[in-house]
Parts: sequence; C-alpha cells; structure tokens
Amino acid sequence: MNPPAPTTPCVSVEVRDLRKSFHAQEVLKGINLKIAPGDIFVIMGPSGSGKSVLLKHIIGLLEPDSGDVLIQGDSIASPDIRDKYRMAMVFQSAALLTSLNVAENVGIYLAEHRLRPPGEIARMVTAQLEAVGLKGVEDRMPNELSGGMQKRVAIARALVIDPQLILFDEPTSELDPLMAVVVGGEILKLKSLTQATSIVVTHDRELAFGIADRVAMISGGEILFVGAPGEFQSHPDPRIHNFVDAHLPARRSPSLRTDPNPPKL
Amino acid sequence: MFQNIGEIIVLFWRTVQSLPLAWHQRRKFFDQLFEIGNGSLFMVCILSLFIGGVLALQTGPVLAERGLSYVLGGMVGLSMCKELAPVMLAILIAGRSGSAMSAEIGSMRVYEEIDALRTMNIDPVAYLVLPRMLAIAVALPALVLFAIPVGWLGGALVSTINHQIAVSFDAFFQDLRQVVQMGDILNGVFKSFVFALAIGIISCHQGLITRGGPRGIGRSVTKAVVNSIVCILILDYFLTRFLLYVQK
Repeated sequence: MNPPAPTTPCVSVEVRDLRKSFHAQEVLKGINLKIAPGDIFVIMGPSGSGKSVLLKHIIGLLEPDSGDVLIQGDSIASPDIRDKYRMAMVFQSAALLTSLNVAENVGIYLAEHRLRPPGEIARMVTAQLEAVGLKGVEDRMPNELSGGMQKRVAIARALVIDPQLILFDEPTSELDPLMAVVVGGEILKLKSLTQATSIVVTHDRELAFGIADRVAMISGGEILFVGAPGEFQSHPDPRIHNFVDAHLPARRSPSLRTDPNPPKL
Repeated sequence: MFQNIGEIIVLFWRTVQSLPLAWHQRRKFFDQLFEIGNGSLFMVCILSLFIGGVLALQTGPVLAERGLSYVLGGMVGLSMCKELAPVMLAILIAGRSGSAMSAEIGSMRVYEEIDALRTMNIDPVAYLVLPRMLAIAVALPALVLFAIPVGWLGGALVSTINHQIAVSFDAFFQDLRQVVQMGDILNGVFKSFVFALAIGIISCHQGLITRGGPRGIGRSVTKAVVNSIVCILILDYFLTRFLLYVQK
C-alpha cells in the first residue's frame, strides 16, 4: 500500500484524445498534450474553458468519457498508479482538512501511510513549513489562517510527499498581487528543491510567463496552442492575442467624469 | 433509489474490507465514540427515564382497574429492553449523530477535502467511514444497555408515585426480575447494533454523495436523518420477526 521511494525525481505526462461531457455539454473535446519530465507546464485559458476539469483528469479525480492520461507511460486509471508514482495537487481552495491543525494537515500523508515515526514527521513538518515561509503555525487551525497562508500550507503538504508530479489549480486566485508573487516564487522553489514535473492551471498571465517552461492555451475545451511562453505572447491567432493583451478600457479623464451640469435633486 | 441502495451495499462492503486498518484509525474512533456516546448520554438518560415513566402512566391505571397491576414491572421491563430503548435511541442517534456525520463528510466533499485525500492515496472509506461506523456500532448498543435500567427506573418511580397505579418499588422490580431474561436484554442490544450499522452507513453514504454548496449539505443531512429513521422502523419489524423465530 505504501508508495515506494521515487526512482526518478520527475515523470512525463501524456494526455491522449481526452473527452469529457457533463449533462450532454462537451467540456473537453479531444485534448492531446505531452509534458516532459521536470517541466513547469502552464495551462492557461479563460474561465469555464475546461482547465480545472483537465487537471482533475490528469490526477485521476475524474474519469474521462474516452481517451487516457499516461503518467510515465502508465494509465492513470490503472489501480496501482498511486502506489507507483507520488503525485500531489494544490487545490484552488487549498482543501486543507478543517478538522486538523496545520501540522496534522502537512504530515497527514506520512502519518496515514506510516512512512515515518511521529517524532520524525513533526520535524519534517516544521522543516517544510519553514521552507514555505511559515514558522510557528503548526498548532493553528486552517480557518485561523489567511488565504495566502492556507495556499502555502497546501504547498508544504505537497512538498512532504516528495512528489514526482505536482499539480496547481489556480494557485494565485483570491490572493493579493504581493502574495501571488510569493506563491509563484514557491512554485519555482519547489522545482529547484524536488525537480518534480509541475502542471499549473491559471489565468494569471504574469504568473504563467514568470514560471512556465512551456505554455498551453485551452479554450472551449480545445487546445489552441502549446509552446514556449515567448511564442505564446507573439502568436498571431486573434483568440490567443486577445487573451494575452486583454486589459480594462482606459479610465475616462477626470474632466469627463465631472458633469458640468449635474441633475437637480 | 435502487442506485442508492446499491451504492450503500458497496460502501458497506468496502468498509468491512478496510477493517484491518481499524487499529490505525483508533484515535478517530475514540474521538467519534466520545462524541456519540458521551455527548448523547444526558439526552439518553432523560429520554429513557420519561419513556419508562410514560409507559407506566399509560398502562398502569388500565391494568390496575382490572386487578393486573402486579404485571406492570414485567410489561415495562420487556417493552423497554426489547423495543422502546433500541428504537427510540436509534432515532435519537440518527437525528443527533447521523446528521453530524453526513454534514461533516458532506462539507468535506463539497470543499474538496475528500479529493485532497484521494490525491494523497488516502482511502476516504478507511479514513472517514470506518472510524464512524465502528464508533456508532459500539456506542449505540452501550447507550441502550444504559438506557434500559434508566427506563425501568422511570417506570418504577411513576408506578410508586401515582396513586391510581400504586405499585411499590419492590413489587415492580420483583415482577420485572421474574419476567425479563438476559436474552431479552441481548435482543435489544442486537437490534441496536443493526440499527447503528444502518444509521452509520446511510449517513456516511449521504455525506459522500453530497453535491453543491451549503444547500447541498443541508439536503444531505435531511436525507440522512429521514432515510435512517425509515430504515430503522422497517428493520425493526423484520428483526422482531427474526428474533421471535429464533427464540421459538
């Protein structure tokens, strides 16, 4: 039952003709992707484009209608896949267990699989929390932490697994810009620490171009682009171009905002 | 409905299969045991005291009118241990602990905590369902064992105090001792064990299939309690038939 120590620090991921429908609405329309071992692969796209659904298929939380996801050549549907490879996911909501304190959350994988004695788990938990910039929060409950701290606890929980593949679902959503930069830095630090393959789903362009080795864009359940971040930014496809350059319209000038003849009350 | 029954049977089988992991889940088991057992003790005490009392109050005067008040102890004794304690306590625990189980697991489902467990290769059945099932299967029969004498006490007190019944404390328990056998008490304990398994599996299943947000959790809690109570009453009939057949 206990997963073996990883023989390689990272794994390849291949998505083959993945299709999924919910209530007759096709959300993924034959997705094909190849992700090289050790890459930080960012999947971008507008809201509702199927990014998170794709991510949940990659980690095996959803079953496809057809197609397959291969981890180092092995199907994600095979029963012993999680015993063979160490995989972790940082959820959009952090998904910390609210009935456990921070230390128990971070150490849950080691404790439940009985991989280390309790004293060693406590030491590892403290070390991983310090690695994500959280010190002295071991006894606090998740609801006592800010959104950014919860995300970092979730990253620490993933680090403890020593994953070969780590998935991030919207890691900077609901975070202020400063905290988004911190979380982006954590993802880069994670790569240097573990060499794990990382798949990041986001619509945060700054995060994507800051951390990605390769970028994919998904829209309407289809892959529009896969390539280097530089190619992505200069791609001529108007759908990609609009996504990259999307910004709010310029504010009207103050003189226009002040009505010279305000309506009488 | 048939899909739900099928899923409940599969979940029960998977819980049985995860029994070898019970020792590892002992902390959660004791937490749940304390929550269900100790947390319900005062309410069980009040409930059974008054059930015993009401039973004596309703039947005592009628029996006394016909000169049969001497059988009151045996009647209250048998009713409490064979029927009222296991059924009423099962309904109480379905409302109190079954709802808590489905709400807790349901909220974990909605807020992706169960998905997080699955990504870490932690089986939600062994981690969440098994300790709850074991705890309720121990706690409910134990509560019934406690409730039976408290119910008898309630019956005896009312029989003594009420001048229409006027059966002394000693006379009440003398008849009770003659009528109630150890097998009758075990009968009630066995029933409560089966009810506990039904409440536990229905509530955990309802939690695991929760969808949507807070409204979905509320809907799951309601379904868990209603389905548990209906199941208890149906099971009670068949268990009574079965136990009567076995006792022949």
